[in-house]
Amino acid sequence: MTLDLARYGDLVWALLPELVLTAAALVLLLVVAWRHRSASDLRLAGGLSLAGLAAAGAAVGWLWWQRARAGGAPAMIALDDFRFVTDGIVLGTAAVTVLVSFAYLERETLLAPEYYVLLLFATLGMMLMIGGADLMVVFLALELMSVAVYVLAGINRKSAAAAEAALKYFLLGAFASGFLLYGIALVYGATGTTNLTQIGTAIRAGGLEQNPMLLIGLGLLLVGFGFKVAAVPFHMWAPDVYDGAPTPITGYMATAVKAAAFAALVRILNDAFSGVAVWHQVVWGLAVTTMVVGNLIALAQRTLKRMLAYSSVAHAGYLLVAVATGTRAGSGALVFYLVAYSLVSLAAFAIVAATGRAGERDVRIDDLAGLAERRPWLAFGLAVCMLSLLGFPGTAGFIGKWYILVAATWAGQFVLAAILVLTSVVSAG
Amino acid sequence: MYEHGVLTALLAWPVVASALVLLGPERWAKHVALAASVVEFAIAVPLWWTFQPVAGMQCVLDLPWIPAWGIRYTVGVDGISLFMVLLTAFLVPLSVLGSYRYITTRQRGFYALLLVLTSGMIGVFVALDLFFFYVMWEVMLIPMYFIIGVWGGERRLYAALKFFVYTFFGSLLMLLAILVLVYLVGRNTGQYSFSYAYLTASLSGRGGLGPAAFWLFGAFFLAFAIKVPLVPFHTWLPDAHVEAPTAGSVLLAGILLKMGTYGFLRFALPFFPAVALHPAIQAGVVGLALVGIVYGGLVAMVQPDFKKLVAYSSVAHLGFVMLGIWALTLQSVQGALLIMISHGISTGALFFLVGMLYERRHSRLIAAFGGIAKVVPLLAAALTLVSLSSIGLPATNGFVGEFLVLIGAFRTYPRATMVATTGVIIAAMYLLPALQRVIYNPLDKGANEQLTDLSARELAVLVPLLVCIVWIGVYPKPILRRTAPAALQLIQSVRLDAAVFRAAR
Repeated sequence: MTLDLARYGDLVWALLPELVLTAAALVLLLVVAWRHRSASDLRLAGGLSLAGLAAAGAAVGWLWWQRARAGGAPAMIALDDFRFVTDGIVLGTAAVTVLVSFAYLERETLLAPEYYVLLLFATLGMMLMIGGADLMVVFLALELMSVAVYVLAGINRKSAAAAEAALKYFLLGAFASGFLLYGIALVYGATGTTNLTQIGTAIRAGGLEQNPMLLIGLGLLLVGFGFKVAAVPFHMWAPDVYDGAPTPITGYMATAVKAAAFAALVRILNDAFSGVAVWHQVVWGLAVTTMVVGNLIALAQRTLKRMLAYSSVAHAGYLLVAVATGTRAGSGALVFYLVAYSLVSLAAFAIVAATGRAGERDVRIDDLAGLAERRPWLAFGLAVCMLSLLGFPGTAGFIGKWYILVAATWAGQFVLAAILVLTSVVSAG
Repeated sequence: MYEHGVLTALLAWPVVASALVLLGPERWAKHVALAASVVEFAIAVPLWWTFQPVAGMQCVLDLPWIPAWGIRYTVGVDGISLFMVLLTAFLVPLSVLGSYRYITTRQRGFYALLLVLTSGMIGVFVALDLFFFYVMWEVMLIPMYFIIGVWGGERRLYAALKFFVYTFFGSLLMLLAILVLVYLVGRNTGQYSFSYAYLTASLSGRGGLGPAAFWLFGAFFLAFAIKVPLVPFHTWLPDAHVEAPTAGSVLLAGILLKMGTYGFLRFALPFFPAVALHPAIQAGVVGLALVGIVYGGLVAMVQPDFKKLVAYSSVAHLGFVMLGIWALTLQSVQGALLIMISHGISTGALFFLVGMLYERRHSRLIAAFGGIAKVVPLLAAALTLVSLSSIGLPATNGFVGEFLVLIGAFRTYPRATMVATTGVIIAAMYLLPALQRVIYNPLDKGANEQLTDLSARELAVLVPLLVCIVWIGVYPKPILRRTAPAALQLIQSVRLDAAVFRAAR
């Protein structure tokens, strides 16, 4: 069905998943205002947030089923399969995070039901970011997501490491937001609009490909997103924050936050800046350094959580390869890789959360020796996750990597594909 | 019916059987695995008769798999892969039987992995779609990694990781080369397809792909050279062999190494004949093969560990295979194929025997034995026969292959062949003294007086191998008759393509 986004009625339909989730988050906020003292309250909040996520997921599914498309003038919200699938990733990730959190919060005696409220608001921010077809919407959504995640990273008030992680994340994140906003302002200055499609039209119509203001704005946008997706050299915060945050939140940050940021980045680059060729080279460079540095440093890590943190940096590099192609196949590869990577990463972090004991911060890789004896299925699960992160045939990770490689070679990016392959070998080590 | 289904059955049955092994109780695991692998062999054996000795693929099954990317499920055998498939099906039951006493922990996992490995190995040899080939190449890697890493010796984790990283490095480069190859061919012809037949047809007679062919050949070359292994890439092999359990060593030497040489015959040469026959590349490969023959033999000579000695002897034998392949005459290629078969049999038997000695004495050091011929005459006789076959004594299988390679290669590279001939002498120089120190010499160590001779189970493992050693040594014609057409076709097409390319220059 075609929705005219200039009309309020149609706009409500187009925003249905987001509205449902907002309602759920507000209800949950009211509930936890009264019920926030015992473990059963915590479980109630968790159950309610699951229900909210499921309802939002149903709304996304309904829109997808109806093949909803936008008609009429360019609007602030996009309606396409790219949005629906990425929404699905984010909602699924959030749901899994909630499920993992049930046991984790009780074990760590974190009696803070607002945890789930924040999780819902962060998810809401991501969905708006994914659907945003206007730089202002993207920015507001990004802030909604980021502020919630800052608090989540530091939700464990008893832990100094968590406080450090939250502060670090907040400071650097605020910096990144500043870059982003400044970039948006410059792009607006150059083109006179913040709507992605209209920016694209303005660039082509006005011959702005070489306009310095636009290029600087684009550069600042890339820096801002580079921070959010933890691309090298803007990755410095990631390992410390991933390490200090509660493990379920680490999984959430490594998957959902990354997925949303990548979705917004791809949409902005392809819709607004397809006429400006220079970003291909910039993203190319980012991809290469991210893959190389992420994999090499991951090799030297001794704790599982830090290794996964650096490996998620490396995976951001693989995703940047898909972005750098700038083709439709590249976007398809990106979405597929996000699905595969989110599934696997979440599973890996869930296993880390399950192996750790109360109050324990580090699960060292050496401690995992003999896991196959004590908990064979857990060990089997971890092995499958690692194989998939490596990209072995028979796992989702392989199809994801294959798809990215096909997209890269078909786009003529042989060198990028070769570097992807070589750094994958490093990740085996 | 049999012809269309046999290869798929060979691929699918071990996977089904591995599930049966996992679901059954621990104490049945080895029996179920043995029965399953015997069934696998029984499925494969009729291939020997249904195979027609003509060029081209037989028993082909071709089904669409992922049409959007031009990927199909295509399997088939020709004279080059037929005996690799048969050898795999032949060695796996023996490996299972040979592990009955060696593997005592987590038997279900071990036998299930062994069966999955069987599928992977068969898949590599029958795949006629490059995507499918790559998938199978990786599928066989994981079980072997775990077989070495879980049931191996003391330094098993190091050895397993080294094996894994080396192979993974090569195979990922190969994956990239496959993709680029498909892309380049597709850009020229307008059809993107991973089909082997399609790619060879579009590449042949066109003078190659230009400078890209050099890089693509390099990627394939690295993947296969690591697997063979050619000399600078061989360092994973001694570690992996020494640490692997007996069945792992047998399959590693018997089958996995041949995947490298098979890859050269099936992919690297037909795809890039002009590069492969470029004088500099020719000199390099033949040089590396010679280094492998001589250096492998010399290093084997000084090994105190019997298993490591056998491992280095593999490097030397595979050097002969590479020389035979690159010489590109009918005799040399047939000889290379025959060495691939007989090395699987002889070296497999040697690894079984070393494993049996280890089970008795818990030592693999040559110095730990001495004079055991008096105590264990059957074992000593078997070890003698197998060693002689590995040296290449006439009337054993080792002789036929090496002789064919040497007379075939002499026509192409006379000087290199003279150097290679010394490899036969070096083989005698490392195996005969080792044999003497293990089974002859005075019986001067007390622990060796209590050794027990071969049991019925161990005889059941060794006798089929010994029979093959003598049979191929005396009457190799049934094998040569079946490999000749495929070898001839390969040589002609490669030489023709290279000539076309040179003329185009």
